Amino acid sequence: MIEVRNLSKHYGDKKAVDDISFRAADGEILGFLGPNGAGKSTTMNILTGYISSTSGSALIDGVDILENPIKAKRNIGYLPELPPLYMDMTVKEYLNFIYDLKKCRLARVSHLKDICSLVKIEHVYKRVIRNLSKGYRQRVGLAQALVGNPNVLILDEPTVGLDPSQIIEIRTLIKKLGKNHTVILSSHILSEVQAVCDKIIVINEGRIVADDTETNLSDKLSGSHILTALIEGPADRVSEAVRSIDGVKECKSINERENAVEYRIEAAEGRDIRRELFELMAKKHYPILELKNAELSLEDIFLKLTMGEALDSGKESD
Amino acid sequence: MGAIFRREVLSYFTSSVGYIFLAAFYAFSAVIFTSTSLSAGSTQMDGLFSQLMLILVVLIPILTMRTMSEDKKSKTDQCLLTAPVSVGGIVFGKFLAALLVYTCAVAITLVYAVIIQSFAAPDWLVIIGNFTGLELLGAAFIAVGIFCSSLTENQVVAAVVSFISMLALHMLSVIGDLIPIEAVSGLLSKLSFYERYTGFTYGLFDLSNVLFFLSAAAVFLFLSARVLERRRWA
Repeated sequence: MIEVRNLSKHYGDKKAVDDISFRAADGEILGFLGPNGAGKSTTMNILTGYISSTSGSALIDGVDILENPIKAKRNIGYLPELPPLYMDMTVKEYLNFIYDLKKCRLARVSHLKDICSLVKIEHVYKRVIRNLSKGYRQRVGLAQALVGNPNVLILDEPTVGLDPSQIIEIRTLIKKLGKNHTVILSSHILSEVQAVCDKIIVINEGRIVADDTETNLSDKLSGSHILTALIEGPADRVSEAVRSIDGVKECKSINERENAVEYRIEAAEGRDIRRELFELMAKKHYPILELKNAELSLEDIFLKLTMGEALDSGKESD
Repeated sequence: MGAIFRREVLSYFTSSVGYIFLAAFYAFSAVIFTSTSLSAGSTQMDGLFSQLMLILVVLIPILTMRTMSEDKKSKTDQCLLTAPVSVGGIVFGKFLAALLVYTCAVAITLVYAVIIQSFAAPDWLVIIGNFTGLELLGAAFIAVGIFCSSLTENQVVAAVVSFISMLALHMLSVIGDLIPIEAVSGLLSKLSFYERYTGFTYGLFDLSNVLFFLSAAAVFLFLSARVLERRRWA
């Protein structure tokens, strides 16, 4: 379990992390979502004891990382943004070194073998790390985090630089690990966090913008009420028909292709108009060629979340 | 600590640093040994031991330059500092590894003593005293080198700064002699590594000199640990 209370980290005047609190329960995968420079890595570095916090506390399985670092670190497996690999060692030498470094007590040979088969690096086990590709280095980095079977796994952008099939593999692996570990993973890709995590925390400029526990963020952010549709038919009539559906707030054409027009349709929040849209267009013989949920970019999310915040605080002051 | 020690020793010999250091030390010490003992037909080895000090000033920075700076640059310090090891353990593990390689180098002087033995009996007690002195001097120099390496990410800067610091420590008494204030020059000559080390080459085994080098090593190792610790708090 991880518990963070009022954590702050200041570099001079700059507040890299500003008073954040959250907790992740056992067997939970917590996603840390934010743009570059939001304070994700700083928070993770504090949690793992690499850097200290200016104020606040971080507890790993109930042990304070500042007060009892050695005991707390025993329960953490950490994959930093750049895997901390010694390029001159073979994978075998490196993992054995990490095994000794973590003062691991599990049966050495079988434990390391299990980890290697889990992250699929058995066939590069005897190769020098310098000669491995980026994807394999990332896996070796993940393997070193798993040595000693720690309760808490902290993974900083674990899928960066991997090819699509590797990304899917690693995500599946993380999901599997999440069943009996507490996992925190950071990412700047919304779909990744949504695919893997049980709970999402959005962080920007060192502050928590949204915490899933309170607001059920993933539904809110999925944009299910905003659709893009490619519909054949005269643009003005189609959009008029779409607007006539109950709950549609806005319909505008954004693109024209394949003799059809692409529309962006926004309904009231929480309202799913896909079925009605289908039936109406079918009745009027305007074929829908494509229909999908609009994906929100990270910028949209922040805009939305921060605007929401501003609206809430505006209401309070009224 | 044990894991770090083993990794460091291994890395001295998977990279070329360990070999270069050993080869250079063996070559220079052999030249000096030949000129001071063999061709002079002397069983005395103090000439060799006193001249080795300057060679160490040049060679030890090669041994220590990458100890801390490389970890910092390649971010592998992230792996060490987030492992359940103390900062002191990290520094001491690296120190012991460098000391082991260093000992492999200076052990050649005992081989030279055996060569002399085949001609005439040398004074073994003096040689062992000298060897102990050389080992202690090396320990202190390695600690200085590790400290310099902990200050920077750049190995070349680490080597240059270590070289300058060791030369300064070597020359403290010379600098002291130029200062007309008695108290200052007295203090500097007491702190001079050269003055302390020459005691051993005269065949004197002075406990205060032993303690001096041990405390110098301890101070610089402590400072290196503080530098690592301080970076976390920056």
